[in-house]
Amino acid sequence: MADTKAKSGLLLDIRNLRIEATVFPPGEPPKNIVLVHDVSLTLEKGKVLGLIGESGAGKSTIGLSSMGYGRGGVRITGGEVILNGRDILKGGKDGFRKLRGREVCYVAQSAAAAFNPAHRLMDQVVEATLLHGTATRAEAEKRAVALFKKLSLPNPETIGERFPHQVSGGQLQRVMTAMALCSEPDLIVFDEPTTALDVTTQIDVLAAIKDAIRDTHVAALYITHDLAVVAQVSDEIMVLRHGRLVEWGGTRQIIKEPRQEYTNALVSVHEIEHQEQKPGTTPFLSVKNVTAAYGRSDIKVLKNVSVDIYPGQTLAVVGESGSGKSTLARAITGLLPPEAGTVTFDGRPLANRLADRPKEDLRQLQMIYQMADVAMNPRQTVATIIGRPLEFYFGMRGRERDRRVTELLDKIEMGKGFSDRYPAELSGGQKQRVCIARSLAAKPKLIICDEVTSALDPLVAHGILELLLELQKEENVAYLFITHDLATVKSIADSIAVMYRGEVVRYGPKSKVLSPPFDAYTDLLLSSVPEMEIGWLEKAIKGRRMASAGN
Amino acid sequence: MSSPILKLVAQRVALGILLLLAVSVLIFAGTQILPGDVAQAILGQSATPESLANLREQLGLNQPAYLRYFHWLGGVLTGDLGTAMSSGQDIATSIKGRLWNTLFLAFWAAIVAVPLAIILGLIAVRYRNGWVDKLISGLALASTSFPEFFIGYVLVYFFAVKWQIFPGISTVYDGMPFGERMQAIALPAAALTLVVLAHMMRMTRAAILNVMQSAYVETAELKGLSAFNVIRKHAFPNAIAPIINVVMLNLAYLIVGVVVVEVIFVYPGMGQYLVDHVTKRDVPVVQAVGLIFAAVYISLNIIADIAAIVANPRLRHPK
Amino acid sequence: MLDIKRIPIPALIGIVLTALFVLAAVFAPWIAPHGNGEIVGDVWEPMSAAHLLGTDNLGRDLLSRMIYGARITLFIAVLATALSFSLGAILGFSAAVFGGWFDTLLSRLVDLLMSIPTLIMGLVVLSVLPTNLVTLILVMGILDSTRVYRLSRAVAVDINVMDYVEAAKLRGEGSGWIIFREILPNALSPLVSELGLRFIYAVLFLSTLSFLGLGVQPPDADWGGMVKENKDGIVFGIAAALIPAAAIALLAISVNLVADWVLNRTTSLKGGRG
Repeated sequence: MADTKAKSGLLLDIRNLRIEATVFPPGEPPKNIVLVHDVSLTLEKGKVLGLIGESGAGKSTIGLSSMGYGRGGVRITGGEVILNGRDILKGGKDGFRKLRGREVCYVAQSAAAAFNPAHRLMDQVVEATLLHGTATRAEAEKRAVALFKKLSLPNPETIGERFPHQVSGGQLQRVMTAMALCSEPDLIVFDEPTTALDVTTQIDVLAAIKDAIRDTHVAALYITHDLAVVAQVSDEIMVLRHGRLVEWGGTRQIIKEPRQEYTNALVSVHEIEHQEQKPGTTPFLSVKNVTAAYGRSDIKVLKNVSVDIYPGQTLAVVGESGSGKSTLARAITGLLPPEAGTVTFDGRPLANRLADRPKEDLRQLQMIYQMADVAMNPRQTVATIIGRPLEFYFGMRGRERDRRVTELLDKIEMGKGFSDRYPAELSGGQKQRVCIARSLAAKPKLIICDEVTSALDPLVAHGILELLLELQKEENVAYLFITHDLATVKSIADSIAVMYRGEVVRYGPKSKVLSPPFDAYTDLLLSSVPEMEIGWLEKAIKGRRMASAGN
Repeated sequence: MSSPILKLVAQRVALGILLLLAVSVLIFAGTQILPGDVAQAILGQSATPESLANLREQLGLNQPAYLRYFHWLGGVLTGDLGTAMSSGQDIATSIKGRLWNTLFLAFWAAIVAVPLAIILGLIAVRYRNGWVDKLISGLALASTSFPEFFIGYVLVYFFAVKWQIFPGISTVYDGMPFGERMQAIALPAAALTLVVLAHMMRMTRAAILNVMQSAYVETAELKGLSAFNVIRKHAFPNAIAPIINVVMLNLAYLIVGVVVVEVIFVYPGMGQYLVDHVTKRDVPVVQAVGLIFAAVYISLNIIADIAAIVANPRLRHPK
Repeated sequence: MLDIKRIPIPALIGIVLTALFVLAAVFAPWIAPHGNGEIVGDVWEPMSAAHLLGTDNLGRDLLSRMIYGARITLFIAVLATALSFSLGAILGFSAAVFGGWFDTLLSRLVDLLMSIPTLIMGLVVLSVLPTNLVTLILVMGILDSTRVYRLSRAVAVDINVMDYVEAAKLRGEGSGWIIFREILPNALSPLVSELGLRFIYAVLFLSTLSFLGLGVQPPDADWGGMVKENKDGIVFGIAAALIPAAAIALLAISVNLVADWVLNRTTSLKGGRG
C-alpha cells in the first residue's frame, strides 16, 4: 500500500516492527515474549489511522513506538520507525527527547491520572512547547487559550489557572488534547481517549477531537477497541490481533466490506437479533416506589423507583455512572434496605433486609457481577464454586452433586475438565461463565446481571450474551440486566428502564422505549451511542444542536 | 483559600493533644496495674510495716488513683515532674541536661541518616532490579534483623578496641569543647544511624517508586523532558510528602533506638536514665520519662500527618 | 504444591538455619557439652578445642550457654508470639466481621496503645511488675498483639467487601461459613508471613529487655542476657558478647528469609493469570 502513495506526503513509515518484553512469571525463570510481530504501516500528513483490536493486540505498544517509547521493560527489537524521513530508532535517547512533545504528542486514556496533580493545567499544557523552544510563553499561552476555545472548554481564558482535580473527566480529556496540539506536532497518538468517559460525554469529546484534527491538519494514530468510535474519526483502519496485522484498509471498506473473518466478527458484534417478548399479565417481581440512600445521607441514590419483571423475560436498566442502576440491584437483593417502598415477589412482600429473608427467597434471586475474577473465591475450585449452591439449597452431596456440576458445566459450554481448576487458571470469559453456572445452580426465577459484559472484550461479551439468551429459553429464568451500553440492551432486553440521577425517566417494552417521541434524556442517551456508520458523528451533533435550538 | 487546610491541621493538632492526654492516663494506669500494692512490690516481702507505711505515704497511695493522676498531671503541666524516690532529687532538674544530651545525639544521627537514606533510596530506584538495588535491599533486610546492641558492640569492638579511633564509652560533661563532644558521640551516632538507615531507605525507595510509576511521569517523559527534569519537576513535588512522612516515622523509631544505644555507650541521656530507674523501680521517674518519650513520638507523627496535609494539592486548592 | 527444588536458595538457607536453631533448643541437654551453670575454666578463655566458643565472664562454657540460651530465647519468643497472634487475630477478625461499636472501641484502644513506642510502654509496665517469665510473656504478647490486630483487621475488612463474600452472603451463608471458608483461606498467607515477622520482633524485643537487665534474670540467661553478662569484656578485646548477639541476628535473618518467601508466594498466587 505504501508504494502506491506519493513519498512526499508520507509522515510515518513503520517497517517490520518487532517489539518484545521480558516477563517474570512467579517461580519460573524470566522469559521473553513477542508483543508485536513484524507489523508495518504508513501514515500520510494530516491523515488519521485507527488502530483497533482487543486487549493484548499490541495497539498501544505500536502507537508508543512512534515516539520510541516502551512501557515497563518493553523493547523495540526489530524494524524501522521512519518519521519525517529518518529512522528515529537510530537517533538514540537524545533523538527521542527532541521528537517527543514536538513532532509527536500523546493523549492518554485517563487524563485524570496523566496530569500532574501538583501543577496548574496551563503550566502543563505549555510545558512541551517551552521546552522545545518553539514559542515564547506568551505565545504558547495564547495558543493554548485558542485551543481551549476550539475544544469548547468552559471559561477558556481561566481554565488554565485550575489544578487537574478541579476539572471534570471529560474536560480534562479535552485539555489533554489541547496539550498535545499546543506544540503544533506533526502526529498525535490518541490512546483510547474516550473509553473512560460516559457515553453522553464521549460524543462531545469525540467531536471536539475530530474538529481539532481537521483544523490543525495534524496526523493521528487513533487507538481504541471500539470500531464505531474509530469509524467516526479515521481515514483508514488497521485491525490487529495478538500483535499481528489482520487487515488494513479504508474506513468504509473495513466496516462495510471486511475481507478477513476476524474483522467481520468485530464488525458484526453489535447485532444480535432478539425478538421482544410481550409482557405477561402478572409480574412475579415488582419494585414499588423504592427510595434509598447510603448511610443516613440526605442524598437519595434511588428516588421513587417502580419497575416490574415478568417470568422468563429480561428487564434492562440503563444509565450512566451515578444513575443509581447498581443501587437498584442492591435494594432488590436486600443488601441496601430501602428507606421507603416495597419489593413484592410472587405476590407477597420481600423482607427489606437480607438477614430477614428465608432461604427460599434467597435462592430465587441470584446475582452475577461485573468483575468475575473477584466474584469467585480464589481458593475454591470450579467444582466447589458451582457445587456449593447445590449443597446449600438442595442438600445435594457426593456423586449426585458432581453429576449436576458436570451438567451445569455443559450448559455453559465448558467441559468436565474444568471442575478442578482454580479461578486464576480461567480466561475472563470462562470466569464469567462459571459465575453464570453458579447462579443457575440455584434454579432461580431471577438473575440480576450487573454490567456482566462490560469488563470483557467485545467478541467474548458477545458469546456471553448469546449464552444468557440461550439459557433463558431453556430455564425460563428472568434477568434484571444492568448496563451502560445501549447496544447490549438492544440485543437482550424485552423491556427497558432508563435511569438518570436516581430516577426512572423512561420505562416500558423495548420497542416503545426505543421509538420516538423521546424524553430529553433518553434522546440524548440514544443519540450518543456511536453507530458503525461513516458520518454518524456529524449527524448526531447536528441533530443535537437543532434540538437545543428548538428548545 | 487555605482555610480547609488550617482546619485540618488544627483538627490534627487537637487530636494529638487529646491523644497525649489519653497516653498520660495510660502511662499512669500502667504503673498502677500491679495486683496488690506497689509499695509492697518495691520493698519486697521482707519489708517492715513502718517502711511500707512510709512509702505509701510518700507515693500518695492513701489517696484514690484518679486524684493522684490529676495531681500528677497538674504537676507535669506546670513543669513539676516530682521527685525521684531513689535519690530524692527533683526529676525536672535531672532531666534537663540529659534531654539536651539525647537530642544532641539524635540530631547528629538524623543529620547523617536522613540524607543518606534518601540518596540511597534514590539510587535504588534509579538502578531498580539491578545489583545495587538488590544489595541495598539485602542489607536492609539484614539490618532490620540486627539487634541494636549487636551493631553497637561491633562498632565498639573494631573502632574503639581494635583500631582505637573513637572512644568506646561516650563521656560528656558540661562545657565540653564541641570537637571533643563530637568525637565522644561518633560511635553512638553511627550505631543509631545504622539502626534507622535501612528502614528509612526501604520506605523512601517504595515512596519514590510509587510516584515514578504514575501516569503523569510517563506524560512528562513523552513531552521529551530529560530524566533529571522529569524527576525535578514532576516526581519530586509529589514525592516530597511521602518522603517527609517516611523521615518522621523513622525519627520516631530513632527515639526508641536511643534507649539501647545510650546504655551500650554509657551515654548520660534520657534512655539510660529511664532504664536505670526502671531497674530501681522508681515509678515517678519512669512516668515522667515515659511521658516525654511518648510526647516526642506523638509530635513527630503529627508533623508527618501535617506535612501530608499541606503538600496535598487537592487540599491546598479546593474545588 | 511444595517442591523442594522450586524453593529459592535464600529461603532454603533460612529454613535450614531456623531448623538448626529449633533442634538446638529442643535437644539442648543432650547436645550441650557442659551444664548451663557449670564453671569449667578460667574467665573469658579464648576459643579452643575444649571450648569451641571459649568461656564466659564466670568461666562457663560459652557454647553450652548458647545452646541453653537458644532454648530460653525461643521458648519465650514462641509463647509471646502465640499469645500476640491468637489475641490479635481473633480480635481483628471479629472487629472486621461484626463492625459497629465493638470495632470502634477496640480500634481506638489499639490506636492509643500504638501511639507509645512498644519498648517505652514495656519499660513503664515492667517498672512495677514482678520480673518473671509469665509477666514477660504477657507483656510482650499483649503489647505486640496491637500490630497483629491491625493487620488481621485490615486483611479481613478487605476480603469482607469482595464480591465473592457478598455472593456468599446473598446465598444466605452463616457467619461461620463466611469467616472460615471465605475469609480465612484468603487471609492465611499474609498472616503466616506476618507470623514470621512478629516472631523476629519478639526475639529482638526479648533480647533488648534482657540486655537492659529487665528480661530473663540470672542465673538463667537468654542470648540478650548473655550479651549483658559479657559486654564488659569488649573493652579488653574479648568478643564473647558478640557471639550471642550474632546468634540473634542470624536467627532473625533466617526467619526473615522464610517470611519473605512466604509473602512473595502469596502475592504471586493472588496475581494468577489473566
